[in-house]
Amino acid sequence: MLSPSLVLLAIFVYGFIGRTVYLSLTDWGRQMALALHPTIHFVGLDNYRELFTGFLDVRFRQDLVNMLYFTLLFVGASLSLGLALAILIDQQVRGEAIFRTIFLFPMSLSLVVTGTMWRWVLQPRGGVNVLPAMIGREPWTFLWLSSRSQYLRFDWQHLPRYLGVGIAIALALVASVGLRRRRRLGPALAGVAAGATLGWALFGPGSHVKLLPFPELHGFNDALIGVVLAATWQMAGYTMALYLAGLRGVPSELREAARVDGASELQVYRYVDLPLLKPITLSALIILGHIALKIFDLVFAMAGPDNAPTSVPAISMYLTTFRGNQLAKGASIAVILLIMVSVLIIPYLVNAFRSRRAELG
Amino acid sequence: MRWRGIRALLVALAVVAVSLAGPVSALAAPAQELEIFSWWSGDEGPALEALIARYQQLYPNVKVINATVAGGAGVAAKAVLKTRMLGGYPPDTFQVHAGQELIGTWVVANRMEDLTWLYKQEGWRSVLPEGLIKLLSTDKGIWSVPVNIHRSNVLWYIPRNLQKWGVKAPATWDDFLKIAPSLKEKGVTPLALGENWTASHLWESVALSKLGPEKWQALWEGKLSWTSPEVLDVWKLFGQILQYTNADAPSLSWQQAIDMVVNGQAAFNVMGDWAAGYMTTTLKLKPGTDFAWAPSPGTRGIFMMLSDTFGLPVGAPHRDHTVAWLRMLGSREAQDIFNPLKGSISPRTDSDLSKYNDYLKSAAQDWRTNKIVGSLVHGVVANERFMNDFATVMEIFLNTRDAQAASNAAQAIAIQAGIAK
Repeated sequence: MLSPSLVLLAIFVYGFIGRTVYLSLTDWGRQMALALHPTIHFVGLDNYRELFTGFLDVRFRQDLVNMLYFTLLFVGASLSLGLALAILIDQQVRGEAIFRTIFLFPMSLSLVVTGTMWRWVLQPRGGVNVLPAMIGREPWTFLWLSSRSQYLRFDWQHLPRYLGVGIAIALALVASVGLRRRRRLGPALAGVAAGATLGWALFGPGSHVKLLPFPELHGFNDALIGVVLAATWQMAGYTMALYLAGLRGVPSELREAARVDGASELQVYRYVDLPLLKPITLSALIILGHIALKIFDLVFAMAGPDNAPTSVPAISMYLTTFRGNQLAKGASIAVILLIMVSVLIIPYLVNAFRSRRAELG
Repeated sequence: MRWRGIRALLVALAVVAVSLAGPVSALAAPAQELEIFSWWSGDEGPALEALIARYQQLYPNVKVINATVAGGAGVAAKAVLKTRMLGGYPPDTFQVHAGQELIGTWVVANRMEDLTWLYKQEGWRSVLPEGLIKLLSTDKGIWSVPVNIHRSNVLWYIPRNLQKWGVKAPATWDDFLKIAPSLKEKGVTPLALGENWTASHLWESVALSKLGPEKWQALWEGKLSWTSPEVLDVWKLFGQILQYTNADAPSLSWQQAIDMVVNGQAAFNVMGDWAAGYMTTTLKLKPGTDFAWAPSPGTRGIFMMLSDTFGLPVGAPHRDHTVAWLRMLGSREAQDIFNPLKGSISPRTDSDLSKYNDYLKSAAQDWRTNKIVGSLVHGVVANERFMNDFATVMEIFLNTRDAQAASNAAQAIAIQAGIAK
């Protein structure tokens, strides 16, 4: 039976995704992009090839690296700060409701508002940087959103090699997990695959593949710290609320039992509460992760459209499409973003679906 | 059971049909309307409103819809406009910068109506400078009506401060490079700079001084290569000048860069003449005494212009009202209502100068006598694709300060954007 929502979903979600994917494989009329009936040529994967290896798309590649570091830092910081706040509030403090509201409040703001506010706070000539002046010291000169110094740099032209090593490590992990679960065939296969990939990347053809004809260094931009601060400020309260609900759901008998067995308060959290909070961590990870991957408005409001040190792919996508009139290339950036979000979301959905079936069955 | 499924499907189809019909019914709205699409809000809002008020006086039966999409330099407005045009739902008229932003985007796409007949009827060819009309035309026609002129190549400074520091406004960039170290020693930033686009803005003034008007034009006609020694020299000089700018530039708006000059933290700033409007209206400074100006170094006698214009899109729902609007926009009277409020000058050579302040009077004098060239950053000489990619080239240069790499990259994007061969 077809339900109406399914029809709408098919057209307005999957239909449009399909169209975007198709667009990303064309050239969309080149200079005449905005004609009433643009002549569209199919160009295959040219747009993608250009984005990853083209001489002019260095900004997109830095965007990808920025997004990766931003996601890691932002998700990590929000999770740990959220958990810390939840544990603090869980100590039966007085005025708990007030603290909860204060911590949750930032989430009620739109990211544009947060961005504008933090733009003021992180101004090089004002905000935090003049704090030392209040106690008579020299003001700081840190360039929160525009510093161009980078750490943890790597050379993009060797990306295939790094990817090979990464995949090999992942396969090795799979193998070790399988071994621990006392399976035979799986771990053996994964182990062999890991070895093969490692060999390919370090000694085989993988060590000769070069994405670019010249070295191109990318790394973590100092300036991202400002964006991570603002984003964490916005979302840590939400993570706190999730964890707090989880903590309140832990049966008090379990804790009592642990205490009777002589566990300290810290140990109760470590060995009783934390394991039970795993599913919450997973949902928080998914929610924060996909926010981080598609972040746009916060960065746009904080640092403006053309500030390369803090740029992310979503901003490049918007500018390429709507300012540069390169609709096809914009579509391919959008598809790359979609793929990355799917990599995060699909395993989660599959997992959730399976466990529900297991419950029902 | 079965019937229910079919009914559900019908409901779904109806929902889809209604949502598709939305734009169509909007197209068939009552005929007595005029929708004006622009990004003029905030400081620039009152000037537009004065124009609309005048239009309402002339045509009281027409309901004017002021469709303003706020946001710096129209980035947001242009995105909305493009989705509307692609969706087949154009506004009656829209704001667009004169030059390639109009021609390279909308005219090549056959989205505009030729206005040559209106220019003939109103006799605008004899009151508008030839250089401006050239920027609004292709060999097939003239495509929009200019309402104002801004100048891009202006150097701003505070005379009192210069006197204190014992320097004069530099006439060439060499002069600037001579006085800059002494300013730096005094703890003054020689040249204030803001975010990425203001760096490009500075770049175009530097390029104009190094290339001169003919070669500047040749660059945009594909006759001068970006990898030629002349253009390479522009990047080198630009790199030298950047040494004397503030380190926190990428975090500053153009207003904050001007503020540095006003506060005495910096000596000079190169910015368009909307800076005069900011200083007189917002900061309450008196032009000529509290602040002063000169053509940016090495560009005396050249007027690098940009202009806001309105055109007639193909398929405009209320074509007659739009024509009336355009006819009014081009008139001397409407332009002298609009421009003193906006802080710009009228492109007409017969405008009534008594209505303008001292800065604008001097700009109007230059407009009538100088050689006119178009600005890059403000959409005149290059199409939007080039401009968008040029921001990236600028970022590459600001990061690496490598003149050769910037020249190569600029040549590559010029080829992709169809400017160079």
